[in-house]
Amino acid sequence: MSRPPEPPEPDALPEAVAVRRPRWRLQLVWLVPLVAVLIGVSLAINAILERGPIITLSFKTGEGLEAGKTKIKFKNVDIGVVDHVTLSKDHSRVIATAELTKDAANMLVDDTRFWVVRPRIAGGTVSGLGTLFSGSFIGMDVGKSTKKRRDYTGLESPPVFASDVPGRHFVLKSEDIGSLDIGSPVYFRRLQVGQVTAYELDQDGKGVTVKVFVNAPYDQYVNDDTRFWQASGIDVSLDSSGVKIDTQSLVSILSGGLAFETPPDSASRPAAVANEQFVLFHDRADSMKRQDRIVDTYILDFKKSSVRGLTVGAPVDFHGIVVGEVAAIDTRFDPVAKEFSIPVEIRFFPERFTSRYRSGEKGGRATSNKKELLAWMVDHGFRAQLRTGNLLTGQLYVALDFFPNAAKAAVDWNQSPIELPTVPGGLQPLQESVENLLAKLNKVPIEAIGNDVRQTIRDTNTLIKRLDTEVTPEARAALSGVREAVDSANRLLQPDSGLQQNTGDAMRELSRTAAAFRTLADYLERHPEALIRGKMEDKK
Amino acid sequence: MTTRHIAAARCGLTLCHDCGLLTRLAPLAHEANCPRCGARLHFRKPAAIARTWALLIAAVVLYIPANVLPVMYTSSLFGAQRDTILSGVVYLWISGSWSLAILVFVASIAVPMLKILALVFLLLSVQFHSTWQPKQRAKIYRVVEFVGRWSMLDIYVITILVALVQFDALATIKAGPAALAFGAVVVLTMFAAMAFDPRLIWDTAEGRHVQAS
Repeated sequence: MSRPPEPPEPDALPEAVAVRRPRWRLQLVWLVPLVAVLIGVSLAINAILERGPIITLSFKTGEGLEAGKTKIKFKNVDIGVVDHVTLSKDHSRVIATAELTKDAANMLVDDTRFWVVRPRIAGGTVSGLGTLFSGSFIGMDVGKSTKKRRDYTGLESPPVFASDVPGRHFVLKSEDIGSLDIGSPVYFRRLQVGQVTAYELDQDGKGVTVKVFVNAPYDQYVNDDTRFWQASGIDVSLDSSGVKIDTQSLVSILSGGLAFETPPDSASRPAAVANEQFVLFHDRADSMKRQDRIVDTYILDFKKSSVRGLTVGAPVDFHGIVVGEVAAIDTRFDPVAKEFSIPVEIRFFPERFTSRYRSGEKGGRATSNKKELLAWMVDHGFRAQLRTGNLLTGQLYVALDFFPNAAKAAVDWNQSPIELPTVPGGLQPLQESVENLLAKLNKVPIEAIGNDVRQTIRDTNTLIKRLDTEVTPEARAALSGVREAVDSANRLLQPDSGLQQNTGDAMRELSRTAAAFRTLADYLERHPEALIRGKMEDKK
Repeated sequence: MTTRHIAAARCGLTLCHDCGLLTRLAPLAHEANCPRCGARLHFRKPAAIARTWALLIAAVVLYIPANVLPVMYTSSLFGAQRDTILSGVVYLWISGSWSLAILVFVASIAVPMLKILALVFLLLSVQFHSTWQPKQRAKIYRVVEFVGRWSMLDIYVITILVALVQFDALATIKAGPAALAFGAVVVLTMFAAMAFDPRLIWDTAEGRHVQAS
């Protein structure tokens, strides 16, 4: 401690003192945190900018949803991840919150759809097998709306087709769903051209609304007169035309389906707009039947004849052409006349008289003056009649025809619907005459006749008995007499019988005599004089 | 007792860091060079507090992305995954490897954090001329300097994994941006510890204000 202090003074070497911008160096050091802050801020800004929209998806079940793991994919490209999965407040649904990438923001529109992709086997299709290994993910399909949305209700099953597939949706109204399901095929001329995308029960519970999607090239064949019908399963119908079986393809038999067709008459009409509503018929025949836009309703009163076998929907026929159908069958009681009657309401399609072979505009009425035409027709015996369509099933149909001999009738134009006059059914006169016949038969004293017949039979019996006892023995005796006579005759004719020999002898004698006569005759011929002179002596 | 020590600076003497030559410096001289080897001479590390602060602040700023951003991207047949340091620790803890979880937590989260806190404490105590426990503070400084490089363990693991696990479709590991930030934090804290001059602790503790420029 004592040594060191001494040397310093001579050793001290003041070097070049360079006073140089200490401030500048200080600032240089501060560049480091500045850069760090810049990096940090840029990262933060980046993170904020990169931060995509956060959406909530609600699902029925959280199966396959894992917070931080489950991806959201669009066209199999990752666009987000589920952040957390919670239950809704009433514990009825699962709410998944997911963060999407920034560029996904404009895909989040009102009709964008989300669903969980899991392995599925349904309706003959297998999907999502890849998720067996990779785990489920949330699929996404971007909608076309421009309205933004952030909370969605996830679909329980994947949508049938992506929304960017060209084509059109149509809405079908049906009484029931049949065997349709989401994904059921839609056929056009037995080609699969679309699928059922959704269905729901109507608010009032009185019908079902089915949404179908028809792919692009085929949607042009749907116009406002196109008929849709259920092609599900096998359609067996029994009506006045007999048994009928109708099916589409094998797949539709198994899993149900729809078919549509446009009646040839209206094929040239403009194509239907998207989401147009159609009626979904039960079968093809049904759907093609009601192609009529003009419908007249008439009342037919089949007085006193039974309408058993007549059903609602039974055809109204004019010379074999179906021109309408039975709409309703009621009963009516007239309190004044104390009379029951059964008014049958029919729907009459006047277009069917005109559509086929008229030039110019198809459809429409045959005449603009309906009253005049109808009055003329009724005047000329136009009547409705119940006829039996099928003897086997006893189905009835309504026939419209001209009966020139029918009793005069007039149309009451004040009534609505107008009542058309009727004539008794085709089988009814027959029935009446059968009844008359029966009544006459009733009057026949069958019992007395029976008694008489019995008496006659008894008499006959006694007659026969008498014949048996009296005539038969006589006859037997007569027969034996006859046999004896025959026997003796037989005996006489035997070759060795005496008669036979005598006869033979007689015959021989006769032939000798004949020969003698011949010689005589010859001689007389040669010597006629012999007759006078006698026979000459032989010249020797 | 410390007051009896004679500080070199007080005598106007300084030691060349490079060749060890003891030289006399003009008091309050800002800059000088060693007359023998030409190295820069100074009584105390120049702008020690400011530099330490600067580096420390940079480290603090980068510490945030280091922990928030993913440090590693793992993609395999069964999907891709991104992990932050903390999620890795949580994963290890949940999967039962507690020891590993603690190790990673200590090396990657606790140590850098404590290092930063310790340096901040040292800096503040020097700036406010605290005379509290100079010996303890000196000890803290030594620990901080020693422990600094071990935080790089994480980065080593990641770089090795990234280099090794490259099976294209089967499995791939990529380093994330947090790895870079984390490496920067470690390096910056090491530099900050180096920039700090522990002699400042004693300067204030012994009641001497040496101009260290």
